[in-house]
Amino acid sequence: MDPVRLITFPMERDYSLTGPERQNAFDKGLAGAEWYRTPVDRKVLKSLMKRTDWPATRDIAIWVAVLVGSGAGGILLWGSWWALPFFFVYGVFYASAADSRWHECGHGTAFKTRWKNDAVYELASFLLMRNSVVWRWSHARHHTDTIIVGRDPEIAGMRPPQLIVLCLNLFGIVAVPQSLAALARNAAGILPPDEADLIPESERDNAIRVGRIHIAIYVLVALVSLWSWSLLPLMIIGLPRAYGIWLLLVMGLPQHLGLAEDVLDYRINSRTVLMNPILRFIYLNMNYHIEHHMYPMVPYHALPKLREVVKHDLPAPNPSLWNAWSEIIPCVLRQLRDPRHFIRPQLPEGAGVWEPVRSNQTA
Amino acid sequence: MPWIDACALVDIEEEDLVRLDHEGRTYAVYRISGEEVYCTDGLCTHEKVHLADGLVIDHTIECPKHNGQFDVRTGAAIRSPACEALSTYPARVVDGRVHVEIP
Ligand code: FES
Repeated sequence: MDPVRLITFPMERDYSLTGPERQNAFDKGLAGAEWYRTPVDRKVLKSLMKRTDWPATRDIAIWVAVLVGSGAGGILLWGSWWALPFFFVYGVFYASAADSRWHECGHGTAFKTRWKNDAVYELASFLLMRNSVVWRWSHARHHTDTIIVGRDPEIAGMRPPQLIVLCLNLFGIVAVPQSLAALARNAAGILPPDEADLIPESERDNAIRVGRIHIAIYVLVALVSLWSWSLLPLMIIGLPRAYGIWLLLVMGLPQHLGLAEDVLDYRINSRTVLMNPILRFIYLNMNYHIEHHMYPMVPYHALPKLREVVKHDLPAPNPSLWNAWSEIIPCVLRQLRDPRHFIRPQLPEGAGVWEPVRSNQTA
Repeated sequence: MPWIDACALVDIEEEDLVRLDHEGRTYAVYRISGEEVYCTDGLCTHEKVHLADGLVIDHTIECPKHNGQFDVRTGAAIRSPACEALSTYPARVVDGRVHVEIP
């Protein structure tokens, strides 16, 4: 039996990609449907989508410099309590900041130069213990069928919310063993049904190869740790995915948590939260989440400008993370009793109305 | 296949594209610079999204949905999740008009 089952609440709906909700999504025309997007003049959009290498070169360079600096500090002070603040910073940049770089480079929007996006994407995938092939396809599906139950593999806030798991995952306690197990399965040549549902035949060998590379490196680091009888190698590679991920959850869970399922309008199932420049640097502006889903081709550095263009049509943003969590926590607590409860954002007066164009795709 | 008058050259900005619907099918007509024009199928091979909302970068078209990329000269898929090539069609400029040879 999967031990995680012991700490999960029974769910009303089946969030897997191969269960009955999958068929349901197709039957209701929710799979591969057309979504509402605030109209933006093509000229304006083109200028927002424009690619350049400079902002990402700067932001990745700062990220690497912080990683190297804090990692070196942690190594030099290993054995003393003074190492703690260095590992605190190292962990946040290794895991939480890697996620947004992984995401932006996965979309191919960070750099204009393709190989730079690919290189950072592969590195960040490794740091986050994600199979870069599997997750590329899973994220594509997340964009096709955002929070459509039975289709979206990236629904973090199922109903009722798995609060124990979410809290443990602030330090990767459930997610890290699950991620390593998933990589090990891939390394063994296995793609479970949910992954097979996402990845086309032609990409499957690649997924297995990536799983093998990741597992080989992690095994090597674990052996060095054992051989030297020191936790230090694992504190540098591997464990930061656990001890540094908490900030990503704090910033990232509000993207969709507590909002509607099975709607074809990002304004209703996604959340934009205003954040300070330091958090926005770590998170590469993914706090502009409705805007990102509407126009995923707009690079992170242009999202504040995109927001200015579309904000008349969007619900008011949460003015801070604190404010976002103040609406999320009561909502998820209520969902424990009433899984159908969710937050309905208020669209501004005059906002565009969407006649959902449901798809006629079949499963 | 007949040559079809798609649009005036000036109707397409440099490094941009327009959508062309013809006989129940959708095409994408690109202008890279000057009189360098190309034509491909108009729907992404990944999930049938209109490429006309995408972005032309050098000789590639990036799909607006998942950022898959194709080379507009050959139709080759060069970035996943686009894996299958687009069909391409001859295109030329005649007296300031863009002509494409499509079925
Ligand atoms: S629909 Fe074009 S890349 Fe997915």
